[in-house]
Formats: sequence, C-alpha cells, structure tokens
Amino acid sequence: MNNKLTVLRTEQLKAFYVLDVQGTQKVAKAVNEVDLAIYENEIYGIAGESGCGKTTLLKALFNDIILPLRLIGGKIFYRIGWDEEIDVTTLSPEEKRKLRLEYISYIPQGSMSVLNPVLKLRETYEDFIASHVSGQSREEIFELAYKQILELGLPKNVLDVYPHQLSGGMRQRVTIALAALMKPRIMIGDEPTTALDVVVQRGVIQMLKDIQKNLKNTIILVTHDMGVHANVADRIGIMYAGKIVEEATTELIFGQPRHPYTQFLINSLPKFGDKNVRSSVPGSPPSLANLPSGCPFHPRCPHVKEICREQMPGFTQLDENHKVACWLVGEGNHG
Amino acid sequence: MKILRDLFRDYRFTFSFSVLVIIVALALLSFVSPYDPTLWNVVPKDMKPSVEHWLGTDSNGQDIFWQATFAVRNSLIISLIAGLVSRFIAILVGMVAGYKGGWVDRVMMFISDSLLVIPLFLIFVMLAMLVRQFLNLVVLGLMLAVFGWAWDARVIRSVILSLRERDFTNTAILSGTGTVKLVINEYMPFAMPLIFSNLINNIAWAIGLEITLAILGLVNLNIPTLGTMLNWALFYQSILLGRWWWILTPVILSLFLFIALYWLSTSISEYLDPRTRIQRVGA
Amino acid sequence: MDKLLEVNELTKQYSQGNVIARVILTAADHVSFYIKPAEIFTLAGESGCGKTTTAKIVLGFEEATSGTIVHNGKPQTRKEKVWITEGVQAIFQDPFSTFNPLRTVDSYFHETVQNFKLARTKQEAIDHIDKKLRLVGLSYQEFAGKYPNEFSGGQLQRISIARALVTDPKLIIADEPVSMVDASLRMSIVNLFKKLRDELGVSILYITHDLATAYYVSDRIAIMFRGNIIEMGSVEQVLMNPRHPYSKLLRDSIPQADPKLRWTSTVTLSELEQEEYLRRGCKFAGRCPEVMDICKGVVPADLSVDGVLVKCHKYSDTQKG
Repeated sequence: MNNKLTVLRTEQLKAFYVLDVQGTQKVAKAVNEVDLAIYENEIYGIAGESGCGKTTLLKALFNDIILPLRLIGGKIFYRIGWDEEIDVTTLSPEEKRKLRLEYISYIPQGSMSVLNPVLKLRETYEDFIASHVSGQSREEIFELAYKQILELGLPKNVLDVYPHQLSGGMRQRVTIALAALMKPRIMIGDEPTTALDVVVQRGVIQMLKDIQKNLKNTIILVTHDMGVHANVADRIGIMYAGKIVEEATTELIFGQPRHPYTQFLINSLPKFGDKNVRSSVPGSPPSLANLPSGCPFHPRCPHVKEICREQMPGFTQLDENHKVACWLVGEGNHG
Repeated sequence: MKILRDLFRDYRFTFSFSVLVIIVALALLSFVSPYDPTLWNVVPKDMKPSVEHWLGTDSNGQDIFWQATFAVRNSLIISLIAGLVSRFIAILVGMVAGYKGGWVDRVMMFISDSLLVIPLFLIFVMLAMLVRQFLNLVVLGLMLAVFGWAWDARVIRSVILSLRERDFTNTAILSGTGTVKLVINEYMPFAMPLIFSNLINNIAWAIGLEITLAILGLVNLNIPTLGTMLNWALFYQSILLGRWWWILTPVILSLFLFIALYWLSTSISEYLDPRTRIQRVGA
Repeated sequence: MDKLLEVNELTKQYSQGNVIARVILTAADHVSFYIKPAEIFTLAGESGCGKTTTAKIVLGFEEATSGTIVHNGKPQTRKEKVWITEGVQAIFQDPFSTFNPLRTVDSYFHETVQNFKLARTKQEAIDHIDKKLRLVGLSYQEFAGKYPNEFSGGQLQRISIARALVTDPKLIIADEPVSMVDASLRMSIVNLFKKLRDELGVSILYITHDLATAYYVSDRIAIMFRGNIIEMGSVEQVLMNPRHPYSKLLRDSIPQADPKLRWTSTVTLSELEQEEYLRRGCKFAGRCPEVMDICKGVVPADLSVDGVLVKCHKYSDTQKG
C-alpha cells in the first residue's frame, strides 16, 4: 500500500470492561474491533470525546490490560528490529516489563503518578534506570540523562528537587523527559497536556515535537482537544464509541472530513475572527455499556439511512491516506 | 431485599448475622426466665450441665444458662446506649465542626483531641471508683458514650470537610436551602455507611470495656453482665476447681459476639465501598 | 448606560506559611469591572490568575479582603440568600459534581421553587420547572425522578443552567462551564448563553481559559494575570488585536483547530508560580519579550488605549503624547 514501516499494528482488537454492578453483569465495549497501523517516525493523534474508549485503546496499545479490563479478542503487534513482528498479547509479564520504557513508554496525564512525591527526582531516575538497564553502566545512563535534560531546555538543577517544588508544567516536562530517556521506539501520551494552562501546554507540546524530531520515533497522542491535534499530529484517527470511524492525515481531517461525526466535530470548533453561529452535534454520546445497533453514530446522524441502523460499515479507502467507516461514503470492505 | 441477598453472599456476613440472631434471641429469653438474676441460692450450687440445668449452676447458686441470658441482655443494653449516644454526639460535633469551620471547629476539635490523647482507661477506673454505687446500666452506658465519640467525630468532620468543597454544596445554597437542611439532605447520606460501621465497632468497644471494668470489680457486681459473670467465675476460682462450664459460658459468648460484630462491620463496609465491590468482581 | 453589577477595587489576600516565614499571596489585586444588562462579560486567564477567586467573592462564597460590589446600584454585603433573591445565580465547572449523586436532580428544582415560594400548587411548580427546562431543550418528563448519573455531562450542564434560571435571575455567573463538557456538545452550552442574553436579557459573567469560545460568545472581555486585570475591552479589540504582551502570548498559545496555523515560534515558561505573584512591578516582567527597566520596579497604571484598558508600561508614552 505504501512504503512506510509499521511499528505498531492491531488486528480486530477488542477490549471490554466486564463489571458486576450489584449482581448484574455489565459489559462496556471500550475498544471494539479496532484495526490500527501506526508508522515509524510519525505523530499519530487519536481524537474522541470522553467515554469513547480512547484511553482504554491506549492501555491496550501499551499492552497493559488489567482487570476489570479484559482482552476479548484480536492481536497487537509490535515490530522488533526491522522485519520481526511479535504479537505482544501472548507475552509473559516479565517480557512485557522488558519492553516498557526501552521499546514503548507511557506519558500519563498527571505526572504525580510517575514521580514519587517523597523522593528527589534524581532518585526516581535512579530507580527507573536500575530497573530497566542491564547492559550499559548506570553512570553512562546518568550522563545521558543529564545531557538530555540540558538538551530539552530544562534547568540543570531539576534533578535535585522534589516533585512538589516544580510547577505543573515543569513536572510534566520532566515526566516526558523520563519517558524519552531510553529512546523508546514508541511513546504513548494520554492527554499529556490537558491539565495544563495554555501557555504551558504550548511549551510541553513544543518539547514533545522536539523529542520526536530528534529520536525519529513514533508518538501516539490521545487528546480530546482538536486544536492540539491540528498542531502536532501527522495523522489522526477519530474514535467514536469504541471504534475508529475515520483516519486520515491531519490536513485531510481538517480540510475534507468525510464522516458526519468528524464534520460536526470540526465545524463546531470556534475560530478567532469568525462569529458565525456554530452548532454542536445533536444528542449525546452513547454509553459503551449500551451501544446502539449498527453504526453507533446513527441516532445522532442527520443523514441516517436504513442500513445504518442495521449494520456497522467497514472502512472505505478514499485514497492512500484517508479511510472512513460510513455508509454515506461507501460500502466498505468487510472481513 | 436485594441488598440482603448480596450481603448474604459474604460468608462473614452470614456467620455474624446468624450469631447475632442467636445472641439477641438469648437476650430475649431472659424475659421468661424462671429465676430472679439478683437472688442467690435459688438452685443447688456447682452442678455440672444436666438436663435440668443446661449449662450447670455456679457457686452463688444461680442457673448459668438463665444468668447468661440476663448477662447478654444487659451487656447489649449498655453497649447500645454507649453506641447510640456517642453516635449522636459524634454526628453533632462532626457535622457542626466540619460545616461551620473557624473557631467553632477549633474548639470542638480541641476537646475531641484531648479525649483522644488522655489515657481513657485510667479515667474510667477512677470514675468508676467514684460513682460505683450509682453505677447502673444506663449510667455506665452514658459514661462510655461520653468518652467514646471523639474519634468518630473527627472522621465525620473530615467527610463533611471534603463534601463542603464539592460544588453541590453551592448548588444547594443557590437553591435557597438552609444550613441544617443542607447538612441533613446533602451530607448525611454520604456519612451514613461510615456512621453505621463505626456504630458496630463502638458497640464492640463498649462491651469490651465493660468486661474489663467488671473483671477489675469496678461495677455493680449484682447486675449480671458478661463482665460480672466473668468476675464471679474468677472470684470463685472456677478454673482451678474444674468448673469449666461456669467460666466458659461468658468467654465463649463474648468471643462469638466480638467476632460477629467485627465481621458484620467489615462485611458491611466492604459492601458499601464501591472500590472493593469492583475488586470482588475482577477475581 | 446603567450597570447591573459593578466590582470596585476587589482584593483578596491569602497568607501562606508559618509564623516565622509568612508569605502573603494576593489572589485578586484591585480588580474592577462592570457588567451591563444583557451582556456576556468574559473573565479569562490561566489557572491561578484570580478569575475563580473573583467569581467566588461576587457570589458571596468567600469574603474579600477589601473592595466593594455594587448590584443594581446597591452595595452588597456578604449575604448569600439576599444575593439569590436579588437575581444572581451560578453554574459550575463540573456538571457531575454540581448535583449530589445520591439525590434526584428534580429535587433541587422543587426545593428552589419551595424555598422562594415561586408556586402555590404542585402542578404550578411543575409547569414553572418545565418552562425553564424547555429553554435549555429538555422537558420535565425527561428528567423527573432521575439521578445525576443517568444523564450525560452535556445534559447535566444544561440542567444546571435550567436550575439557575428557576429564580429568574438577571445575572448568571458561569465558572468554566464548558471545560468538562464533551467537545461535540460544547457549542450547545455556549449557544444557550447567547440565547439567554438575547431572549431573556440575562447577563452572564463567563469565566474561562478558553479564548476561542470567549471570542465566539462574549461582548466584552477582561484578561487576568496573577491577580490583575491586564487588558479589558470589547472581544474584537482585545482578542483580534491584543495590546498587552501577555494577552498576545495567551492568544497565540491557543492551539488553533487548523493545521495551517501551527505555532512557529517558541515560548519561555516560568519556573515558579509563586515568584510571579510576589514580583514587584509588572508581574509579567520576568517572561515579557518586550520588557523594559521600569517594568521590574514600578507597577504599571491602568491606561486607556483606543478604548481598551491596558496595564502595561509600553503604552504610557502614547497616553501622554
């Protein structure tokens, strides 16, 4: 199809939350038959509203499926080296742990879950290095850490303080620096800038982009903020009710959105210098525990057809970089 | 009903519930007792358990089974008075201190902290010695209540403090709701499970303390309680003399009562805590 | 031009630390603004700029260190209930924490109707509530007897607005009302504000960090930084042509939903928030790209530049000359 190298790929990935609420079983279909192919050297954005399953998808991509989340079906492949793809769902916990940080790393929304509040940052770094490095000596890695901190424009003494002494933005940047320390091939960010103020957010995004440019690795970025996606992502997947409904390059998503949901999402964003009335998507997002039949967007869709109520459309490939799952656009290819 | 069915899935709840039913039934039996518990020598002394006297008789010439029914009843009455009255104080203090804040909070918390740090047991011993002749069930219950609220008032206060910061407090204020109604309508439902499980713990604590005081001989020994029964059994050296039926009755009763109350409180608070609810399902 | 609400020289100070090393932080520093009838006024800024503190004081949830609030020409003291009957209501940031999860949502409406004696019979109360719900696109049947978790965030936020409308207020204070609402539903809330202004003549104090919706919905805007209003005027002027260097930075840092408008320049971030609060002179001087010597020692005055209030030394010459 194209000559880009896929580093992470899922096949019909299904991960559900199975909960027992006061005696009755509830199944929340958070990730439902997702096929993703994420390339080397790109920033892939996953956009969607709260409760669409995007955080769960990230957890699954990070191969961190813990109860009550269960892997119901499908496969997740990481590319190790140049031509070897492994299905990571079958790995043992020890093998999973080995991949973390060196191959794939995770940037959480709140840095406090990573940085131990009672340890100086140096000790947190030491712990990380001790648990993940076997080949290189620790001194070497530490030198690397210092070099990286200076490169990223963080203050030199940042390792000698406690997390609470730093501002939220600085903490988040240290968290990202730590995630990038081992030069992982894939970095995954779950709303890494959402809790931050706009100016700080801009600084953090700047840093993420710098890291990606230097390491030429892959960043998968989840956020609900379309503005952030427009600024950093190379390609964007739009997620709705546990499914990817449209995927294209950033230019195409913003310029020629084809799925009605994407169109609504883009058109509802206010812009400076434009006071024309904008309307939001009618209705409310469905609950993952009680999905509508067929295409999950059909109850809110203004162009709904008979078939939308009955069957979920497959992807229609509009061109090399643009695919949409919508009956209005095409039949799609099933299976 | 559904709640009960869910609770009965927990073996600890089933066990403690059945034990408590038996113990309460025992306490109720005291109302049909053929003997007056304050009279001595109504039956032959030191008899082994038999058909006539199920749990035997003691050296005071009392029937141990019927004596035990009174003991259980009185111990429950003391601990219930202590538990309920201290709950009332704890709720009042906790809610007022938590909602009002400022100097009211500081004064109330100073009092409750003082109660927490002074050695309660010594105070009880001294107080009991001073008022021993007036020490009936109600007075003893109230005495335990007055000293038993401090910790729970603190816990309730902290719940209220965190709830006060939630927006729905402001929503209620903007809806024109008065302070008293606000606290009862908005905060009580959150504090209720906590208050309930603390009540059970407090009851267990009161029973235990009564037993301790009784063994030290600091209560009116003519009122049969689990504690005074133990005191008499020890006083007549029933272990040495091989009258196991006498000492074992209050020991086993209190043991089962404690286990039942403890499991009741843990199983109920686990049921009410949504986080553990999810954990149970995951396994 | 009468003013519905006038806030004069409002100051709020918190003291931090212990007896030996006490630091006084000024969360709101001589904040003055006014709101006209049927107007949406935005108070914008980043977290810690004092916008929420200001709102809480206006609502009477907190006491000001100094300053006055004049409502309908009458000075206000801190009397919550008087306030509400005076026609001031509020909606909050998190729709899920606006209502007690253990209570049905409609109970708040009935309670309000009862507390303010807005209806004589049950049916009258229901009609009154239904009327307010219809304004936000819901109906009484849809929501009676339901608990907050049975609604989506967007629905709850609309219910929250309907609740505020029950007492027929003339001013609604909205503290970050859309920041926790799903992106696809955000505009429905913001459009509702426009409708309330245009159809009911309600004024709204819109507190937000989101300059894009502020531009879309409001008439006038004040930008706050570390307790000060540093620029205030009509949205067209302030957001399309920001004059204060901080307003410029803030405006440019909003990620635009357009891949053609990506950031090209880089920003410097402050390392410690507290430092900026305690700074003498202009609080932005530490990061300002156009900083002058005077900025570090002297607090700039409120200057009027083309009808826009700007608190910056850069413009002191223009005013003199």
